[in-house]
Amino acid sequence: MNIHEYQAKEILKKYGVAIQEGIVAESADGAVDAAKKLQEQTGTSWVVVKAQIHAGGRGKGKITGTEQRGVALAKSLDDVKTISANLIGGTLVTIQTGEAGKKVSKVLVAQDVYYPGASPTKEFYMSILLDRKEGKNVIIYSTEGGMDIEDVAHNTPELIHKEHIDPAIGLQPFQARKIAFNLGLTGEANKQMVKFVSNLYKAYIGTDSGMFEINPVLKTSDDKIIAVDAKVNFDDNGLIRHADQLALRDTSEEDPTEVEAGESNLNYVKLDGNVGCMVNGAGLAMATMDIIKLSGGDPANFLDVGGSANAKTVEAGFRIILKDPNVKAILINIFGGIVRCDRVAQGVVDAYQNIGNIPVPIIVRLQGTNAVEAKKLIDESGLKVFSAITLQEAADLVTQVLN
Amino acid sequence: MPLICGKIYNTYMSVLVGKNSKVIVQGFTGSEGSFHAEQMIAYGTNVVGGVTPGKGGTMHLDRPVFNTVRDAVVKADADVSIIFVPPAFAADAIMEAADAGIKVIVCITEGIPVNDMVVAKNYIATKDCRLIGPNCPGVMTPGGAKVGIMPGFIFKEGRIGIVSKSGTLTYEAVDQLTKAGLGQSTAIGIGGDPIIGTSTKEAVELLMNDPDTDAIIMIGEIGGTMEADAAYWIKEHGTKPVVGFIAGQTAPAGRRMGHAGAIVGGADDTAAAKMKIMRECGIHVVESPAQLGAMMVKALEKTIA
Repeated sequence: MNIHEYQAKEILKKYGVAIQEGIVAESADGAVDAAKKLQEQTGTSWVVVKAQIHAGGRGKGKITGTEQRGVALAKSLDDVKTISANLIGGTLVTIQTGEAGKKVSKVLVAQDVYYPGASPTKEFYMSILLDRKEGKNVIIYSTEGGMDIEDVAHNTPELIHKEHIDPAIGLQPFQARKIAFNLGLTGEANKQMVKFVSNLYKAYIGTDSGMFEINPVLKTSDDKIIAVDAKVNFDDNGLIRHADQLALRDTSEEDPTEVEAGESNLNYVKLDGNVGCMVNGAGLAMATMDIIKLSGGDPANFLDVGGSANAKTVEAGFRIILKDPNVKAILINIFGGIVRCDRVAQGVVDAYQNIGNIPVPIIVRLQGTNAVEAKKLIDESGLKVFSAITLQEAADLVTQVLN
Repeated sequence: MPLICGKIYNTYMSVLVGKNSKVIVQGFTGSEGSFHAEQMIAYGTNVVGGVTPGKGGTMHLDRPVFNTVRDAVVKADADVSIIFVPPAFAADAIMEAADAGIKVIVCITEGIPVNDMVVAKNYIATKDCRLIGPNCPGVMTPGGAKVGIMPGFIFKEGRIGIVSKSGTLTYEAVDQLTKAGLGQSTAIGIGGDPIIGTSTKEAVELLMNDPDTDAIIMIGEIGGTMEADAAYWIKEHGTKPVVGFIAGQTAPAGRRMGHAGAIVGGADDTAAAKMKIMRECGIHVVESPAQLGAMMVKALEKTIA
């Protein structure tokens, strides 16, 4: 689960990680108030106004139809008002949002941390994530902050460092020191970086996260080490013990159909093809999407109805798939193990009757437990449903109905 | 470091589990544990008891319930455990089984927090045991033992081994093989999570070394590098034909497709990239999952010819 920058920073702060301070606002006037308050609290004169959306590349992204960037420096309260008014309610298109962009409903008014001082400022990169191959969490860091880390990894891989963490003992002080020295830091800044990394790792573990990315981490001109941006992704499985974190979910950032599917306990991902599918099991669901493609169609979705598929889940699945106007056919592929195929078949028949006229052809492939009874049920229902026994038959039917 | 010691191969005639396995169920008295324990017993698996903390000393499904896995090992000589414990407590159950001396631990539970599994995996690396899963359908040796949740009736005794990240896709492969007249030696469902006990490569290696297996079906998914690692190993050490498939050729990058581990992170872990490596390593790759059985028939014909 992704959260906004302002939420991520609140979490980091709670764990003692120094951040670029800021106040979130939902209107231009609110942003001006936030700026005034921030000036009192931090002594900052300029502020940075940052659009809050679940996507990166905001600094280079623009609000549709304007030249307004997603992150902008405001040198006066008038600037704050103008920038915020441009951002809030606008649609921000960045390299990560796709052409449709994302609607901005909040801005973070943040302190200017690039103020001049005794030493030059310096940006670093730092992330914590799971290294699947090693089976351990790893801290990835680089002296090349503030830019796209994939470019750095590609052009200058020698500038990317990795520190794996032994889960039994956690991040050790010597590792934190190694990171600080590898980043070329001495004196007070070095000490501050040790503290920053140690607390960042505590936050990562404490929140059961799957990914932290702090880009940039900034050494200020007075040797503070702070998180200027923060991307936090929680491990969905970890949320079972973090009700407070679950409350940070912003469903307006997600596809509305996916949100609705989630409420029916269906695992659904919207795609842009023309054949909808409903399957039990994630692997078989992906395989079914592949079959659709090989049969001349394009999958309109991923939908795993899970191990407890029944008449109710089948009907919910139908309703969700049919919301997509691009869907020209639906393929139901159930391999019954514990799931009984005749129950699923009954679900198809019931859904047909409850939803009324389903305007697209439906191909039902039921295999495994009680498959024969299921086929009989479908065949005798009088519904205009194509039934198949093998996966190949189902694939051939997809080709047939599309032509 | 191999997690499994040589003596296990000698003790069991089949891979991982068999007729001689003494199986316990962790989470025995819960609804999932009860249901599947009954199914396993009906299949003929030697279930010697189960563990539910606080219910030790009672009986369930005519078998003893123990408070701890250690008790089950000492009193019932258990050497295989299957776990149906809820996600928040499942990593602990895995570590308890490993500490108690269980040799093969099969964890069915889906939804275990990733950082719990990081801890558990590193802990059990110091123990003499093998973990299968989590988030998997278990291990099945037709005619020997079912330590999992698969529908037993689709299997047939035979000589094809199966390694798969996915449950229902395994059933699909088994069904196609059975209908093609090919029985199965052992099916290993390794699980769809980012951190699992036994990798694709390790499972393939077990089947490659199994005298009762003639050929292998290897089913993977988008995400991670396990199938590529297995493919390179097969190229070096493979002695039996391998038929392969990767699910998710049409999955978009950056989206999690049901399984926690099924997400395309870069150019290397797409289905196309994995299938290319597998082909280059001599694996018979099918683009359509409907062709797994037919391809195996062909691959075996080539071997004999």
